[in-house]
Amino acid sequence: MRSVVPVLTVVGAIFVIWYAAAVWLNAPWARDVAARADRTLSVTELVADTWAQDKPKLPAPHQVAVELWDTVVGQNVTSKRSLVYHAWVTLSATLLGFAMGTALGFVLALGIVYNRVMDMSVMPWVIASQTIPILAIAPMIIVVLNAVGLSGLLPKAIISMYLSFFPIVVGMVKGLRSPDVMMLDQMRTWNATRVQEFLKLRLPSSMPYLFTSMKIAMAASLVGAIVGELPTGAVAGLGARLLAGSYYGQTIQIWSALIMAAVLAATAVALIGLAQRVVLKRMGMA
Amino acid sequence: MQGKESRHDGAVISARALGLTFQTGDGAVQALRDVTLDIHKGDFVSFIGPSGCGKTTFLRVMADLETPTDGEILVNGVAPQEARRARAYGYVFQAAGLYPWRTIGGNVRLPLEIMGYSRAEQVERVRRVLDLVELAGFEKKFPWQLSGGMQQRASIARALAFDADILLMDEPFGALDEIVRDHLNEQLLDLWKRTEKTIAFVTHSIPEAVYLSTRIVVMSPRPGRITDVIDSPLPRDRPLDIRDTPEFLAVAHRVREGLRAGSDQ
Repeated sequence: MRSVVPVLTVVGAIFVIWYAAAVWLNAPWARDVAARADRTLSVTELVADTWAQDKPKLPAPHQVAVELWDTVVGQNVTSKRSLVYHAWVTLSATLLGFAMGTALGFVLALGIVYNRVMDMSVMPWVIASQTIPILAIAPMIIVVLNAVGLSGLLPKAIISMYLSFFPIVVGMVKGLRSPDVMMLDQMRTWNATRVQEFLKLRLPSSMPYLFTSMKIAMAASLVGAIVGELPTGAVAGLGARLLAGSYYGQTIQIWSALIMAAVLAATAVALIGLAQRVVLKRMGMA
Repeated sequence: MQGKESRHDGAVISARALGLTFQTGDGAVQALRDVTLDIHKGDFVSFIGPSGCGKTTFLRVMADLETPTDGEILVNGVAPQEARRARAYGYVFQAAGLYPWRTIGGNVRLPLEIMGYSRAEQVERVRRVLDLVELAGFEKKFPWQLSGGMQQRASIARALAFDADILLMDEPFGALDEIVRDHLNEQLLDLWKRTEKTIAFVTHSIPEAVYLSTRIVVMSPRPGRITDVIDSPLPRDRPLDIRDTPEFLAVAHRVREGLRAGSDQ
């Protein structure tokens, strides 16, 4: 509870800066409109106008809040006007991509740790894969998969997987190699099989690494799903909302979609953090 | 196996002209040269010498953690690898090496799980060996809740949990303070008498080596080799104050002389 005051202070500061920036960025438009109508605005009129435009450069927080309220609470969740509906479309691709990415990352890490050839060869490719801008490769993935008859959820999930397997590979290779030489020698003195060594020593040792990697992977996965929605001209999902918003200058819609994305990511990462706490506590490691 | 054992005069561990050369970036390092030694059943043998004398390497060769490049070594009459596969020895490392995510009981149970003992047998053995090292009642505690000395006792219990007749110990008390070390030495002697195990014990402490051992093997470095083997005249029953007797001091003196001679060369 000690963190409440500092957190509120920071939130307060953000709001002050946000409102001030809204005035600054939206004022030229307000003055233009007034000038065309041959009016001059008083300071209070100017401020009031900058916080209430239809298509502001930077919408004020309360405008975004109202939009969020209208689209989250004010709509049936199955409606295409509901942000909950769009959030679910993106989240389902995120979760599927995250699951696939975690599985792929885990398998690659296993290969790297247990197979010398993979140890020598795979990691450079894994790193190279992440140096390619996702915005460049996402449309190609969508097009190629579409050509073989895959569309909808799976192509987006594959882009999510592409971003999320990386932190898992790196974290799990480190984690599975974290037992020291002495502990591995110990296993040898008991004539343990490789499977026993893995299940009883390497895997439990890697748990703290796994959860940390999963948090990063989850955030990356959401980015992947949103990026995957951009090039397809998708009609549903947070990415589609961002795209449509930018076509029509609906900045309020863009900002509410961004905030929804941030809330989704924060919630998902917090859930992984909770699982981490429970698991490590039961293992006596936290 | 009986036939092989008799060929080696009943020696539990028998090394003949053993050598081990490590290939390093700076060239070859002779960790062991021409090491010949028999360890008999029920012996408590200490290996003492300065760092680099090969005492730990020798122990690791017995445990099949290193492979010798020369000579021959038999453990229980068979090659070390075969002995390791038959789980012929328990090995206690310098650090306790307990798994932080397992309780003390869980740590002691670990080798039993790996070796496929039945559930009931595991429970029974864990209880018995924890009793043996005076850790009864700590079964449910996690390692970090125990002192360093207690952790090392738990690791000894773990090495005793399965039926290995040989106990290989690599400076198990090296990181502990003297008072704790005295106490553990006393307990270890008591345990050795009760279990009749054969113990090979690496140390760099002269009083510890003399107090514990029936035989003391003095080694010296570059190349690692045996310079003296001392049969202790001390009785098997040894209260701590035996360390003030003239016999004890005489053995300690001879060990010290041996170490000095080795380092002068």
